[in-house]
Amino acid sequence: MNVLLRALTNVGRATFAAFSGVGHAAVLLFDALRFALLGWRVGQPLRLAPVAQQLREIGVDALPIVVLLGFTVGLMLGIQFIASLSEFGAQSQVIVAVAKSVTREFGALITAILVAGRSGSALAARIGSMKVSQELDALSVIGIEPVRYLVTPALLAMLVMLPALTILASAAALVGAALYSAPALDITPTAYLLHTMNLLDAGDLWQGLSKSFVFALLITLIGVSTGFSVSGGAEGVGRATTRAVVLSISWIIVVDMVFSFFVNR
Amino acid sequence: MPSHPRDGPALQPPGLGPEPPVASAQALIDVHQLQAWYGRRRVLHGIDFRVAAGEIRVIMGGSGSGKSTLLRHLIGLQRPASGTVKLFGTDLGTASERELLAVRKRIGVSFQGGALLTSLSVGENVALPLREHTRLDESTIRIMSRLKLEVVNLGGFQDLMPGQLSGGMVKRAALARAIVMDPRLLFFDEPSAGLDPVVAAELDELILRLRDALRMTIVVVTHELESAFKIADTITVLDQGEILMTGAVEAVRAAPNTRIQDLLNRRPREVQVDAETYLRRLTEEEG
Ligand SMILES: Nc1ncnc2c1ncn2[C@@H]1O[C@H](COP(=O)(O)OP(=O)(O)OP(=O)(O)O)[C@@H](O)[C@H]1O
Ligand SMILES: [Mg+2]
Repeated sequence: MNVLLRALTNVGRATFAAFSGVGHAAVLLFDALRFALLGWRVGQPLRLAPVAQQLREIGVDALPIVVLLGFTVGLMLGIQFIASLSEFGAQSQVIVAVAKSVTREFGALITAILVAGRSGSALAARIGSMKVSQELDALSVIGIEPVRYLVTPALLAMLVMLPALTILASAAALVGAALYSAPALDITPTAYLLHTMNLLDAGDLWQGLSKSFVFALLITLIGVSTGFSVSGGAEGVGRATTRAVVLSISWIIVVDMVFSFFVNR
Repeated sequence: MPSHPRDGPALQPPGLGPEPPVASAQALIDVHQLQAWYGRRRVLHGIDFRVAAGEIRVIMGGSGSGKSTLLRHLIGLQRPASGTVKLFGTDLGTASERELLAVRKRIGVSFQGGALLTSLSVGENVALPLREHTRLDESTIRIMSRLKLEVVNLGGFQDLMPGQLSGGMVKRAALARAIVMDPRLLFFDEPSAGLDPVVAAELDELILRLRDALRMTIVVVTHELESAFKIADTITVLDQGEILMTGAVEAVRAAPNTRIQDLLNRRPREVQVDAETYLRRLTEEEG
């Protein structure tokens, strides 16, 4: 009886924690947007310098690795599709399969996972260590809302940069696929890419882009809310960083699946 | 419209003695029946606390007595569960965002660990409040923040990062940031904790100078008896979430209260637990 009750209590607590986590994130999102739009009215104006800095850290600095990974994923898809589709003599379908899976799925997914690992964890670590060292308290007391100072710039930069990186990663992936598959299909890479362009419609691109907006929200909100909830010194910061990465990648994959289900039905 | 930091009624009539009246009509801080809870545990049991303009008030008390909790309420980091906290007549519990900001521009806080932003240099840390709250141009901001660094004897250190400073320098840099807007009210958490006696004494001197030269009202939380007696006009003794007494240094030293004498003479306190509570605590299950 006691055991059962305790188990129930634990389930209840976990559920409550999950919901309050989502609630906390929602409040953060609301505040971050409120400061972005109306902050100047309550003496908390949005500054451009930190936004520029976040744009650089989240976007520009990630550019080489994102392009490289996109290219590699493209190669990989080319290899797989050529091999598996030639079994059915359907080699010519490679172009459409790669084009759709890259633009709808892999471009956004690979980029989001990479950025979660790079920038989501960095956000959690930065905010967490600021909390532990009372820097967040110091900001509040100076009259600087930590959400406006730390979250709003990161959120805006993420919303701009994740879609931008997604486009670049997709392009790199298509080039990678073209370089591998074109010889196998007896066409030039340029012809491969032109063919790809013809096959893609706006809906495909939009699917990838709208996902990346959602992923941008997920990465930022999970990163900052785990950062704000840090307690217990340096060890707590380390745990929060790991937690932010695991949580955001899990959410990204699950949300991606649900999204794909509803859009492609 | 951000106001110039030197605006506001910063000047007191001169000739304010070292022991101003404790309960004056123009109290800058007015706390009434403040209670604070952590979960189901009450850590402040109805605190009444007033600080008059121009005085240096020291809050003393043993570890866990609630000093930091009281301070967090005074600077608006925690809202009172019940009771009121008023600064400059503004009730922090019911203040709007804008009113709270107005109060925050008029106070300075030096945290125990300094709490300098590690991503900014010392100079940028000190300049931060000016950048945020004034429209002064860059060179004026630079001059004003260097001036404040000079005040705390850190002239020329503005380009160092916080990680490159010693403990005493961090405290002084934090103090420079706290006073850069010329606040009327300064809060100082554990100024001398973890410092060698000479540096600690220098900080004490600095606090006295701030009050005398800039006419600040200063609230200091400290463990250090020596420093407390040296700088305080009035001492508030906190014990287990209650105020044991508030009075001038001599009055506190002479107080007959045994808890106060224990604190002053560093005597270990007698732990009184009756057998039943003791047994219950041992056998209590978690959760
Ligand atoms: N975040 C918290 N959660 C739960 N309990 C807390 C928290 N912060 C403080 N307490 C409790 O409140 C009481 C008062 O703590 P507080 O930090 O105000 O004491 P203090 O006088 O500053 O002590 P010290 O001199 O050791 O810093 C303590 O019993 C402490 O355990
Ligand atoms: Mg404390």
